[in-house]
Amino acid sequence: MLLNDVSGPLAFQQFEKMGASRLPDPERVVLVADHFAPPPSIAAAHGLYEMRVFSERFEVDHFYDIGQGGIEHSLLPEKNLVAPGDLIIGGDSHTCTYGAFNAFGTGLGSTDIAAAMALGELWFRVPESLYFEFTGGGGPYVTGKDFILRVIEEIGVDGATYMAMEFGGEGIYGLNMDERMAVCNMAVEAGAKAGIVLPDKVLSQWTTEHGIPGNLAVAPDSTARYRATYQVEMGSQPLVAAPHSPGNVKSVGEVARRRVHQVYIGNCANGTLTDLRQAAAILQGKKVARGTRLIVVPATQQIYRKAMEEGIIDLLIDAGAAVSTPTCGACFGGHMGLLDAGEVAVATTNRNFRGRMGHAEAEVYLGNAYVAAAAAVAGDLIDPALVTSASKGGSPQ
Amino acid sequence: MIFQGSVCRVGDDIDTDVIIPGRYLAITDPRQLAEHVFEGLGPKWARQIQPGDIVVAGRNFGCGSSREHAPLALKGAGVSCVVAESFARIFFRNAINLGLPILVCPDAVRASKERETIGVNTQQGVIQVGDEVFPIEPYPPFLQELIEAGGLVDWVREQIHRRNQNHE
Repeated sequence: MLLNDVSGPLAFQQFEKMGASRLPDPERVVLVADHFAPPPSIAAAHGLYEMRVFSERFEVDHFYDIGQGGIEHSLLPEKNLVAPGDLIIGGDSHTCTYGAFNAFGTGLGSTDIAAAMALGELWFRVPESLYFEFTGGGGPYVTGKDFILRVIEEIGVDGATYMAMEFGGEGIYGLNMDERMAVCNMAVEAGAKAGIVLPDKVLSQWTTEHGIPGNLAVAPDSTARYRATYQVEMGSQPLVAAPHSPGNVKSVGEVARRRVHQVYIGNCANGTLTDLRQAAAILQGKKVARGTRLIVVPATQQIYRKAMEEGIIDLLIDAGAAVSTPTCGACFGGHMGLLDAGEVAVATTNRNFRGRMGHAEAEVYLGNAYVAAAAAVAGDLIDPALVTSASKGGSPQ
Repeated sequence: MIFQGSVCRVGDDIDTDVIIPGRYLAITDPRQLAEHVFEGLGPKWARQIQPGDIVVAGRNFGCGSSREHAPLALKGAGVSCVVAESFARIFFRNAINLGLPILVCPDAVRASKERETIGVNTQQGVIQVGDEVFPIEPYPPFLQELIEAGGLVDWVREQIHRRNQNHE
């Protein structure tokens, strides 16, 4: 059971109203300060205060305050709080991210989490399933982000409402855990209850490395029935979701030359070490274009430190990036980089709804870290392949 | 429950960011949230919504973020119920948990016009638009139980009470 500083305060109120005087399983509860962390307002500071009070009172050891953790869905696997076969409920819609680890993660509101904390159980409808077979990996700058954008393009933003999505095939088995998290993270953008990658060698290697039991991994048996199955083939070019819907998917070439004011690399989908490495591969020896700003948000303290050890943070700062402490920040329009009217952003985040990152007249394109970094260098949306080839022997823009 | 209310129409895929933007999520009081309801559609919307209004929406109402602030803002604004062609999953649960009536009735959505007065009768399971009467999609029995309990808080309170009694 997972709560953050936005869903937490409401859940604590409901928990109290339910007349719950104790928390039956405090070791099963995880509290993460990430949305308004560090707090940009007094009201937000109060929400964080309420988390601290709750964690003290009910002896919740898994409480990750500012400086101790990072963005919840990137943090839980790092802290060995996710195992194959787990049922994880979170007061955050992107709880479906844990499907990368073959866990059934599903997002709920604060009152449902409060009920689960009070009773130790909750009601669920067994969802129907959709199966997606990824036949291959696509071009060199095609990542997990593109896999899920391709799927949402195919089935639409309510194509999986109340259903579970299962992901298999050589394409997805070729992705590392970070990129699988990006795939599962956006299952909810198609309305899904969960999005789960079938178990394979990469998962077993991960459980072994993390000392986590892998024997409860879930896979379909021969009688498994699906509402529908899809064969998904990836193209050579990366994809973007154009304003104002994650389902408005286009190839990056189709939207090329769109002027970009802000690039945001971070969030629970794509603020991983893999994303930072991809951004660095594009930004190495280059500068962020004049008139464009680049904000990079490593998703957790551990990712931040590893990126520093690899020299990525220096490289980003040399390029002209603002590197932030881990936070959900501007992704949900909270703070740390909101957009003005008429501004255009490229973000590695998961939602580009109207007004999501600030003004209702701002536009957000969702794309992978290569696409985002390439836009930062060019100042326009551009195929990352063109940025890397143009720079050979040339001087930074 | 029987309501009569003025129709406030919104489109397809109305996400919870549009219902209550992220920058207001540190607020937990429904009346304060109501000051910003539907602000994602434009600054005037919060003033246009009147107590007793019935929000009539297209497909996938409440998609996106799990924020319970969205149904709370609608309740705080006095919205009597939401009628839609379909609801996103988390919003569906949240609204039932908080006792905000939500009804699936695509025919009533197609028939009703902006600021027309329509009638909803949940006992009979119908929505009246002009001279036409449309059936509401019924809830499964367990959800009906939750609704009759007044929402999840009261339902859990009763469960805890029973458990404590069995313990004694």
